[in-house]
Amino acid sequence: MRPAAYSDCSATTVTMKINPQTVSWLQVAPLTVVLLVFFGIPMLLVGAVSFFDYERWQIVPTFILDNYIELFQSSLTLRLYLTAIKYVVIVWAVTLVVGFTVAYFLVFHVRSLTLKMGLFLLCTVPFWTSNIIRMISWIPFLGRNGVFNSALIDLGVVQQPLSFLLFSDFAVIVAYVHLNTLFMIVPIFNSMARIDPGVIEAAHDAGASRWRVIWEVVLPLSKTGIALGSIFVITLVMGDFFVVKIMSGGQNATVVSALSTEIASLQYPPAAASAVVLVVIVALIVSAILRLVDVRRELTG
Amino acid sequence: MIKNPKRANGQITRRRLLKSAAAGAGLAVGSGLVKGFPTVWAQNIKDVKLVQVGGSYSAIIDIGRQASKDLGFQVEMQTADHDALMNRLVNEPKTIDIADTEFFAQYYMVGRNIVQPIPVNKYKWWDKTVPIFTKGEYPDGRKVSAQGTLPYKVQYLESATAKTFAKGPTDLLSGIPTVYNADTLGIRPDLIKRKIENWSELLNPEFKGKSAIVAVPSIGIMDAAMAIESRGDLKYADKGNMTKAEIDKTIGILIDAKKAGQFRAFWSTFDESVNLMASGEVVLQSMWSPAVTAVRSRNIDCYYVPLKEGYRGWGSCIAPMAHLSGLKLDAAFEYLNWYNSGWQGGFIAKQGYYSSVPENAKKFLTADEWDYWYEGKPAKDDIKDPYGHLMEKAGRTRDGGSFWQRMGNIACWNTIMDEDRYMVRKWNEFVSA
Repeated sequence: MRPAAYSDCSATTVTMKINPQTVSWLQVAPLTVVLLVFFGIPMLLVGAVSFFDYERWQIVPTFILDNYIELFQSSLTLRLYLTAIKYVVIVWAVTLVVGFTVAYFLVFHVRSLTLKMGLFLLCTVPFWTSNIIRMISWIPFLGRNGVFNSALIDLGVVQQPLSFLLFSDFAVIVAYVHLNTLFMIVPIFNSMARIDPGVIEAAHDAGASRWRVIWEVVLPLSKTGIALGSIFVITLVMGDFFVVKIMSGGQNATVVSALSTEIASLQYPPAAASAVVLVVIVALIVSAILRLVDVRRELTG
Repeated sequence: MIKNPKRANGQITRRRLLKSAAAGAGLAVGSGLVKGFPTVWAQNIKDVKLVQVGGSYSAIIDIGRQASKDLGFQVEMQTADHDALMNRLVNEPKTIDIADTEFFAQYYMVGRNIVQPIPVNKYKWWDKTVPIFTKGEYPDGRKVSAQGTLPYKVQYLESATAKTFAKGPTDLLSGIPTVYNADTLGIRPDLIKRKIENWSELLNPEFKGKSAIVAVPSIGIMDAAMAIESRGDLKYADKGNMTKAEIDKTIGILIDAKKAGQFRAFWSTFDESVNLMASGEVVLQSMWSPAVTAVRSRNIDCYYVPLKEGYRGWGSCIAPMAHLSGLKLDAAFEYLNWYNSGWQGGFIAKQGYYSSVPENAKKFLTADEWDYWYEGKPAKDDIKDPYGHLMEKAGRTRDGGSFWQRMGNIACWNTIMDEDRYMVRKWNEFVSA
């Protein structure tokens, strides 16, 4: 309440000096309001519902821990998290390698600024179409009678079409990598572009090999970009259920798949409990990343 | 007059308007379009708009258009898949006027009083309705399988606020039966090259990596149970209401099959099932009747194979939402009567679904169409879909045969189990196994 009162005063008497504390309050106010309304309150509601009981046709407002107990006692929960983490780790590693390589090439090997920006924009071209179209177009490509298998058979590489290409973990990972690599490229590109070329020249002059320069100079100085890209990729994969459903042919599930099956069956309280646990786990992962890399210092520095 | 031309004009216009409105109302009443309405309502009935929300196979825009034309008020169709529909019915009931759901959804709808019952005397086709719905019997008096949600079990109510269903016929209907069908497996005869006669083939290792089931837990588990029972692993007391032990065993068998690579995919949309079959990824799977036709329309052979153990039946119903009253509720009753008066039945027959009042639907089908869809006779002419596109060539007989050959052999009905909560958990285990 106090900051609001101060701000009224400042509005009427222009010459009056604004308390610096008030300025800070005002600066954070819009974001705080947005976060409260669109994240805080819904999250509180989800948290409340996670303690409710339910029957076939109604939610019973009460306070029970059963939803959490069921969640933690079920071996399913562990399996779902292991599946999700498996996808996260693989997708993260692949997008990191691809993202880092592409960004490195763009920043250090392309001399002309115009060409650099042109190629960078080219990376975003696939994103002009919808996520779903980009994902679904893999299905006719990877199927048993799809383009890729037909080509392999015509070339005599294989006799029988490869089944593991579609409706498998392989297909899920291909789609995730395709959908998410850009989120790695952009922040890493941004970090690398800020590296002073003089630093790299100095390393070369001091006799460092190209790999050593990458490992000891470029990589540490791109940490912020890698951290930001990782946060994007990890949260997107952890929160997905659609890609895994379509690309695994419904034969695999992650945490959110199970949650969506529960919502579809109108079982809101256990779905809310899994949502709360998922949010906590993702928050822990993100805070661990932020602890490893001081994003704030690097961004302002 | 010169001083105030506007007013003079206004009077003339108003008088002319009143006159034509009266004539219009007279015409409407005279032509029998607006039946059962006090004439005073005939004038504002055209302002009524009913929103029906249901599955894409039933809430069809053409039906809404025809109803609006015949009834003189507006009927708007909106489609939603089952999950979205259930969530909307429960959470935003006031955005819907006519609920269009499968019969098993009545457990939610009546349990929460989301819909209101229809007095039998407000609905004029009840004595002409197929006895599967009215009595739970076939015309020869045999009882219809009550495994799962046999519509008859949720058809009657004791009172308007009842949360459970009446044991036998009463004067209150929980909903009006609309479309229904008998579901079975779809196969690719060109790739299988032998006779398929039992549900157990779904789990036959011969089709390893080439079979699929529907990903809706409550329906997928029934198809699996049909296969398991047919293979002889397990005999269910009620496939539509399994015990926890039965669910465990069923899911156990499914997990083993999945780990052995039996299934190519679990599909969740109509298009997915069509593409799996048309591309040859799958040669045998759970399927819906129009999906089989959709595969055939690509000149790929596909057969909706009748199986010895029988069909998995399903049926939809429509009911006015609880918030309707007065003029809108009367319009809704009028609409329910229109719905099964024939036009809709003729339309959906050409998509392979049945009407609950077949004799009305018959009026809107040619003799050849009736013989093909209901009588199981070979088509004399090409069979067209409701939009006039070629569906089947002359000479073809409907897969599974006549109405009673198909509907007379229902083994179980789409449902929601008492142990639904447990089953959904186990299903998730199966999917992630």
